[in-house]
Amino acid sequence: MNAITVYGLTAAVLIGVGLYGFIVHPQPLRKIVAFNVVGSGVFLLFGVIARRGAAAGFGGDPVPQALLITGIVVAFSATALAVTVLLRLQEETGSTTLASPPPPDFEPAPATLPPARNADA
Amino acid sequence: MDAGIFSAAPALLILGLGAYAIFARDVFPALLGFVAYGLVLTLAWVQLGGIDVALTEAAVGGGFTSLLLVRAAARLRASRVESAQAHVGSLTRLGATLGSGSVALALAVAVLALPEPPLPPAPEVAAKLPSTDVANPITGVLLAFRAVDTLLEAIVLLLALIGVWSLAPDRVWGGRPGPRYDADPDGVLAFIARVLPPIGIVVGIYVFWVGADDPGGKFQGATIVAAMWLLALLAGLTDAPPVSRRVIRTLLVAGPLVFIAIGVLGVVRAGAFLAYPEGWSKPLILVIEFALMPSLALTLALVMAGPPERVADRESP
Repeated sequence: MNAITVYGLTAAVLIGVGLYGFIVHPQPLRKIVAFNVVGSGVFLLFGVIARRGAAAGFGGDPVPQALLITGIVVAFSATALAVTVLLRLQEETGSTTLASPPPPDFEPAPATLPPARNADA
Repeated sequence: MDAGIFSAAPALLILGLGAYAIFARDVFPALLGFVAYGLVLTLAWVQLGGIDVALTEAAVGGGFTSLLLVRAAARLRASRVESAQAHVGSLTRLGATLGSGSVALALAVAVLALPEPPLPPAPEVAAKLPSTDVANPITGVLLAFRAVDTLLEAIVLLLALIGVWSLAPDRVWGGRPGPRYDADPDGVLAFIARVLPPIGIVVGIYVFWVGADDPGGKFQGATIVAAMWLLALLAGLTDAPPVSRRVIRTLLVAGPLVFIAIGVLGVVRAGAFLAYPEGWSKPLILVIEFALMPSLALTLALVMAGPPERVADRESP
């Protein structure tokens, strides 16, 4: 087992760990971090394949490496958009939860006081 | 070349920091883990022979993404929003563990089963590279063999900026992005923001210029230049311009437009979109690079600055 294979296995684990975080974390910001961990795992895996393709005097296969640079920039664009949506959501609704709002006829029982006592006061 | 398993020592660090970024209890420690993770990942890229990728990862993946996330976390915390701790059931956790575990396992098996010897397209690139007069194979791929990817990448970045701007509330549309930053004018940040940009801008342009023959290129260079502006912005030495200013919008689209124009020229003169006429590769690649670099730097800087938040009260003199 050489260093390249070790990086390949690292990438596989990173993708798994990131995917777990993406599913389990309720906060959107944590989901964005997890999305980036998955992304970098995918990039690393692709980089391992590029390194294996090293030939003709190149340190790595230049085709995947060029695509990786494109990929990193696109991932950054997506992250920037996601973060901005999140901040706007918070500004608009005051919370950053992704949970669906309760149905309109939903009545939060303990919050309402009995009307009679309200009138006395 | 491979000094054995020990040369993959950064791999352990990457795994540890990546796991910390996911499993840490609180948001801020997790983000700090993520920042360190991005930096160590850069080492891995150097070891994997991708110096160009390492530069991009350090600048865009590690640097800018981390800054975005940390700033967002700071804003979310400053507004004292208790993020609703939605309960995640143990069944969900079990399913997530099984699902992500099997994905990781399948990928690991695939890594171990990669064909030996690999079949790289590298020799083809090596054979055709001299026809482009560019010595850095990655620049050759980015701007000659797969130029359409690079064009779309620049446009994706522009679309992200349009998306970010579109999230501004109506009343500040076209205004100045972000808050006006205040920093102690005699503090360390302001000092660095005065001393570093002249050096950083030269380094950024250098990285851009050597990209034709050595690791580097317009994206890495543009990121460094954009970072210098952000530094001055965060130190309160300058203010973000209103995004409705015509000069800014022209500069944003100029790079991609030149790229598209050269692509269309290829249809007329060389028979395919983005094909370069015989002997014209290097000059056309240089024109594209020079046109794209300022547009990219400005796009990156404005994406980082965020959506407009203040009405452009007065035009600057």
